[in-house]
Amino acid sequence: MWEYSDKVKEHYKNPKNVGSIENADAIGEAGALACGDKLKIYLKINDKGIIEDAKFQTFGCGSAVASSSILTEMIIGKSVDEARKITNKDIADALDGLPPEKMHCSVMGHEALEDALKNYSGDNPGEENVEKTGKIICNCFNVSEEEIIKAIKEKGAKTLDDIREINYAGGGCARCVPNIKMLLDKYAKKDDKLNPVQFILKINKVLETNVAGELGKDSGGIELVNVEGKNVYVKLTGTCSSCKNATMTLKNFVEAQLREHVDPEINVIEVK
Amino acid sequence: MKLVYLDNNATTKVAPEVLEAMIPYFKDEYGNPSSIYDLAHNANVAVKEAREVIAEFLGANDPKEIIFTSCGSESANMAIKGALDVNRNKKHIITTRVEHPCVLNLYKDLEKKGYSVSWVDVDANGDLNIGQLLESVKPDTALVSVMMANNETGTIYPVDKIAQAVKMQNPETKVFVDGVQAAGKVKIDLKSTKIDMFGISGHKFHAPKGIGALYVKSGTMLSPLIVGGHQERGKRAGTENVPYIAGMAAAAKLAMENLNDELTRVKSLRDKLERGILSKIKNAVLNSKSANRVPNTTNIGFQYIEGELILLHLNDLGICASSGSACTSGSLEPSHVLRAQGVPFTSLHGSIRFSLSRYTTEEDIDYTLEKLPAIIEKIVKISPFQKELKEIFK
Repeated sequence: MWEYSDKVKEHYKNPKNVGSIENADAIGEAGALACGDKLKIYLKINDKGIIEDAKFQTFGCGSAVASSSILTEMIIGKSVDEARKITNKDIADALDGLPPEKMHCSVMGHEALEDALKNYSGDNPGEENVEKTGKIICNCFNVSEEEIIKAIKEKGAKTLDDIREINYAGGGCARCVPNIKMLLDKYAKKDDKLNPVQFILKINKVLETNVAGELGKDSGGIELVNVEGKNVYVKLTGTCSSCKNATMTLKNFVEAQLREHVDPEINVIEVK
Repeated sequence: MKLVYLDNNATTKVAPEVLEAMIPYFKDEYGNPSSIYDLAHNANVAVKEAREVIAEFLGANDPKEIIFTSCGSESANMAIKGALDVNRNKKHIITTRVEHPCVLNLYKDLEKKGYSVSWVDVDANGDLNIGQLLESVKPDTALVSVMMANNETGTIYPVDKIAQAVKMQNPETKVFVDGVQAAGKVKIDLKSTKIDMFGISGHKFHAPKGIGALYVKSGTMLSPLIVGGHQERGKRAGTENVPYIAGMAAAAKLAMENLNDELTRVKSLRDKLERGILSKIKNAVLNSKSANRVPNTTNIGFQYIEGELILLHLNDLGICASSGSACTSGSLEPSHVLRAQGVPFTSLHGSIRFSLSRYTTEEDIDYTLEKLPAIIEKIVKISPFQKELKEIFK
């Protein structure tokens, strides 16, 4: 079970300001049923731009309800401009923190509020919005496009799981997963299938750069004789040719190197 | 506060008789079963007798077919990796979409390592598409792996029939059955089946956590997962965990004695809970719809509300259950079992599993039935899907 703060518990047990407001001056939404959480927020705003009342309805877990509940408490009595300055971190802080996996609940609260205030001032939440948030890909953990590309290019991330391990992006509400996958498609190195010639050249290169040098330390050497399918035929030269540990060297070292760098199904066979 | 434990598919309480059976091996009988002196004799006898009890529990032909392990996951890993390792030229595996993660993730891993895996579907009731399974058997099929009972829905799959049909098509294909959720809940008689390997876990039937067993039919080749000493006839190295082995044997004995209670009293309590919830709560829908189910499990979805919130409110009243909701799992993904069954999103996230045991009382069920409607009502009130809910509750 999650480690929820007492504040979170207090708010999911007895949420404040539950319900809807008839003739609300602004209504905002975030989330979706399929994702497992959805939040709707209703605001009553007076002529002076002060939020007089706020109510919410939430489909979601304990921390989603707590985030919504505390958000309504935070904004009642505030001006629209003040409410605009509230961030998702403010919501999480007001709850004495949320577990990292649950940070998206505070993001959802923030998004619903933003959506409501946009409606109120008549802003068009269309393209402008996309552009503004275009740099941040994962709202839950506040990870930018730049950081994700960095994880791919510099840290070698190849899959969504790799990204999640490196900077948590995509590990929250998962709404940004399609965007992360697009970045992976664009920037991650593909293990393209090699044609037979490239396959042989790559084997030879690994033998020359990774293997020959090591064997050379014992005054031994290695030559590539033939490649048939995944079978790689090699000849050991120098001291290696008469070494009684040669089979071990072939399997544990040469084959391991080729499997790691070229193809995991390679078999190395010695030709005398 | 009152405690009502309805999460016995997650783990069970250790039976007092089990704990008692373990204590001597923590105290005076601490000898290593492999040693030669008198001190070790009783420990050795305890392991030998435990093997006989587990053999009887699983309906094995011979106690030698039982290997003690540390848990259900080890049993599964040992069976799967061990069987594939002695049969390296075959690269095809058949399993179901609804296996336990310990099996499921192992196959996903093997898929990355070059194995091809056929994933068998289930229908809307949770029953397995056996035709699809049998059509997938090829000369290259090394292993067929099907759980006996599903942990989330309790659905029982006809593993004996599957094993027989698979062997008719390809006698060389090995059959592994994850029996973790079946042991203690239904009768198991492996000698009358063609199942080659069958894994169990002690803590699902009132033994402690940290002990399991793997049945390996005589003549089945398996390379060991843990290599080292000669224990378990070379199939699983490591000094025998004598107190836990003795504990699991005591638990198996109790399970055999109480099987009838499980099939009658526990089943009727489960049915009472299930019927009660479905009749009292209008947005409740049954997820475990198969006619073939273990007697202790029900899985119910509550439409347009979220499961973690239900569990938190139940917990506040001392009731323990679990959920297929994304929010309660570390992965933040909703249940793969319910999704495979095609449970709609409207009730998927609000799915709750109740699993009983022989320690569950009628009072526990009445208490749950008394408290749950008010909890659901409270959560329904804060849902943004008021229009949809009004339709359901009208």
